Amino acid sequence: METKFFENQKLLIFKITEEIDECKAKEIRRRADYEIERFMPKRVVFDFDSVTFMDSAGIGMVIGRYKQAAMLGGEVYLANLTDSVRKIFAMSGVLKLIKEVKLYNDEEMTENERKEKVRDKDDFTEEKEVSL
Amino acid sequence: MINENEMKLEFISKSNNEAFARITVAAFVASLDPTIEEISDIKTAVSEAVTNAIVHGYENTLGMICVKCKIKDREVTVEISDNGKGIENIEMAKQPLYTSKPNLERSGMGFTIMESFMDSLKVESVLGVGTKITMKKTIKEQIKEEQVSLEEALRG
Repeated sequence: METKFFENQKLLIFKITEEIDECKAKEIRRRADYEIERFMPKRVVFDFDSVTFMDSAGIGMVIGRYKQAAMLGGEVYLANLTDSVRKIFAMSGVLKLIKEVKLYNDEEMTENERKEKVRDKDDFTEEKEVSL
Repeated sequence: MINENEMKLEFISKSNNEAFARITVAAFVASLDPTIEEISDIKTAVSEAVTNAIVHGYENTLGMICVKCKIKDREVTVEISDNGKGIENIEMAKQPLYTSKPNLERSGMGFTIMESFMDSLKVESVLGVGTKITMKKTIKEQIKEEQVSLEEALRG
């Protein structure tokens, strides 16, 4: 899993690169909780672009982080869901609880937010990635 | 001639064997030329059953898990068995969102996924003896492009 945090937006992005099963979910969970507590983000995005496999362990993992982030005043989003991942999330009702967003350049989230940012250009250009 | 094949796989109940089990079953089934979705469905169902054996059957102690896989014509049968503690109430366990371990972030969707991703699911369990899950799925014959164009040509 790769982690990126954008200080200005208080945006934390987890790009999951492993297959999500019971075994790997434990690691992802531990790592994600650590980063969420460390950065206290407003928005947490799980990027599934590189996920080649997920079983029901992914449901618990995402809902657990949703609760964790909410407790610290943040919200969780899902991005780049593949067909098989979406099928599992849809079946469990996760998609009713957690919004799906589009990641444009890693730095941007929804279309509305992109528009906001374009309006607020200075802020946008100053944005730097926090090295981890 | 009917296409028949069979295999048996045994491994200890370690969670890193979940990936090993599903990948092996997927490789075994590959000869039927399944779609990506069919393969993904089978892998997910196998992963759920093996996880159940590890987490619930053996409760993270060590034991053997056996995966038997049969191909008959285009039907795949996967049987996953353990000698763990067994399931007290199968009907309850199969309910969507039911989990006996809610504190561990379990979604309770394992059996629901097995049931909907495969054509059939059978659960047999004896308390203190073990559990056997039998799942079947028929892999659809993929119509090849040349065949389609030939059929179209014949139709005129």
